[in-house]
Amino acid sequence: MSLPQATASLTTTWSAIGVVVVTSTVGDVLTAKAMKDVGDLGDVWDKEGFLACVKRVTTNKWFLLGVSAMALAFFSLLFALSLADVSLVAPAAASLSFVTNAIAAKFYLHEAVDARRWAAAVCVCGGVALLAA
Amino acid sequence: MDLKKYLVLAGIIVSGAVGDVLLSRGMRAMPPADLGHLPQLLHAIFTPWIAGGTFFLLIFFACYLTALTWADLTFVLPAAALDYVLLAFLSQWFLHEHVTVTRWLGILLITAGVGFVTRGPALTPLPETAEAVHEEAAHHHRSASDPSSAVRP
Repeated sequence: MSLPQATASLTTTWSAIGVVVVTSTVGDVLTAKAMKDVGDLGDVWDKEGFLACVKRVTTNKWFLLGVSAMALAFFSLLFALSLADVSLVAPAAASLSFVTNAIAAKFYLHEAVDARRWAAAVCVCGGVALLAA
Repeated sequence: MDLKKYLVLAGIIVSGAVGDVLLSRGMRAMPPADLGHLPQLLHAIFTPWIAGGTFFLLIFFACYLTALTWADLTFVLPAAALDYVLLAFLSQWFLHEHVTVTRWLGILLITAGVGFVTRGPALTPLPETAEAVHEEAAHHHRSASDPSSAVRP
């Protein structure tokens, strides 16, 4: 018995994929900001132990916001999967988020995204799309 | 980058791929999941394959967070994408899935991307550090062209 095909319009499908990409990018960027705030976990572990590491990370407001955005990304992925086939949603969301992460990291985290990193993001984006094709 | 940092990156790649393969192996042994049979889904969490997969994915998340403390997001994400490559090999050998030519091309592109990013610095220097490095370079340049201007300790 085959499952029914998803029949949402192209605009609705790509809007849902867009929501997945945006929420997962926000999650990644906020988590990255949180971990820069926390600092070197190796030092914290050496001086204060494992529990101090866990406490430092889990009490950081950016981390909590980042994880909330990741949870939102997960639920929007489930929603998108209810509208369109997994063979479109999964690779499109995974590969596009490499490019949006590079853009967000450049403008929000002020990372030095040079030509080498753009090339890496585009190659990985294309590679992930081909892997899931 | 020192050996410890390479080990953290390897931890992201290996634990992410192994975690996904174990979860996939565990879920194949289960009947089709739906929210109407929630107790069955909860039971799945405690089966050895899925518990193992969850354990490896927790290691993945810990390594990912650790890497973000000393490397940029635009370094960690493409570098960690090697786990897609490892996942393709594992799914071929362990789950006996067929890896098509298109997938091998994808693997090639991801490897190229990882090659690009890992040849550069892992972290963007802080503004004050970058300024200090720039000033030091300018000072060395002045000292080299005019020895009398060099400040001696």
